Amino acid sequence: MCLAIPGQIEELFDNDGLKMARVNFGGIRRATCMEYAPGAAAGDYVLVHVGFAISVINEAEAARQYEALKVSGDLAEAQNTLRVPEAE
Amino acid sequence: MKYLDEYRDAEVASKLANQLKHLVSHEWTIMEVCGGQTHTICQYGLEELLPDGIELVHGPGCPVCVTPLELIDKAVTIAGLPDVIFCSFGDMLRVPGSECDLLEVKARGGDVRVLYSPLDALKIATSNPDKKVVFFAVGFETTAPANAMAVWQARRLGLRNFFLLCSHVTVPPVISAILQAPQNKVNAFLAPGHVCAVMGWREYEPISSHYQVPIVVTGFEPLDLLEGIVRCAKQLESGEAKLENQYGRAVNRLGNQGAQSLVCEVFDITDRAWRGLGLIPKSGYRLSFPFRDYDAERVFGVETVTAQESPVCISGQILRGLKKPHQCPAFARQCTPEHPLGATMVSSEGTCAAYYKFGRFAPWKGI
Repeated sequence: MCLAIPGQIEELFDNDGLKMARVNFGGIRRATCMEYAPGAAAGDYVLVHVGFAISVINEAEAARQYEALKVSGDLAEAQNTLRVPEAE
Repeated sequence: MKYLDEYRDAEVASKLANQLKHLVSHEWTIMEVCGGQTHTICQYGLEELLPDGIELVHGPGCPVCVTPLELIDKAVTIAGLPDVIFCSFGDMLRVPGSECDLLEVKARGGDVRVLYSPLDALKIATSNPDKKVVFFAVGFETTAPANAMAVWQARRLGLRNFFLLCSHVTVPPVISAILQAPQNKVNAFLAPGHVCAVMGWREYEPISSHYQVPIVVTGFEPLDLLEGIVRCAKQLESGEAKLENQYGRAVNRLGNQGAQSLVCEVFDITDRAWRGLGLIPKSGYRLSFPFRDYDAERVFGVETVTAQESPVCISGQILRGLKKPHQCPAFARQCTPEHPLGATMVSSEGTCAAYYKFGRFAPWKGI
């Protein structure tokens, strides 16, 4: 129910006084209310829930976190390898 | 899809799981609050990756599940009226009321429509001025801003035939209720990322500090959940209890203040009954006084409808993390997704429905 999908803003427009955008979700495009993400611009990624952008995705943070996860996994693996007792 | 695929990387997941195995030396119970997270955990079999010491229990964060039976009865009553177009998100249609569900109302000729967004209900109200258009406003803090905007825009457009049947609930009060229960066994929480995208994580700081419980705001992809669990385990193993934010790409401390501000204008905080859990003080929203004319319960006179729950169902204990679905005598027998008896089976995000769908009929690791 609290499902929110990341999509990329293609074009901003106005509808009945509400800030709207056409947002591309991996090829599927939907009109999305931008009133809660008023600073977002075309090209930005937003998290969309029931037709409303609720958050602008921090691209740098998304990339940083993924890289950190990969590295932390690698580090854990390296530590685990070190913990393996040497064959007698 | 950018920002989805990266967080489904199986190789990184197995490394994180390995890290967790070397981290955990005690038994800990961690609750993921949100039904969407429960669904991901079951769908990707994440529990298989966890060490024996970590037990995940599944919380009350499925709004469809916790919507009280009497509210479904109110929806059915209103949807059956001849001059009403009843609009809802799709997952509410199959939730059985005392007599029938909304899908049956539709089959009998009721005008029941499934919408993607509450703003679509305004379009229907505009093009059907002789009908009363009612939107079933169910959901947590993630959904409340969308419904608030629909009401606010209805007033701006001068629409007099649009109404909200409101059943909004909020997460912090139910986490506190779970922690206050004497039989509570939850040691740490994964807080719901999209609720926090709207509300920020500041609301959870006092809970973490007061109850000395680690809370990690967590996303919805498999790697998000594994990282959330790792962060909880690190705190538990080192005796810490603080708020952490795993979902930094979408959540900050203050949240979406524009959304919070409109929710404050359109809704008041109220006591809400939770299906399976009972009344929790100040745990939801109702339309505020200036917007009372949009309140479907008031306009259609259904405020006094009451209903009786199944005596067999143990969903209350499941929602508190005290029992698992297979410990219920009715699970997968009298109670199935086609014929649900209670809260946790009525929606695909409910714990019992997720266990049923992914074939979890037997105890898991002896739990």
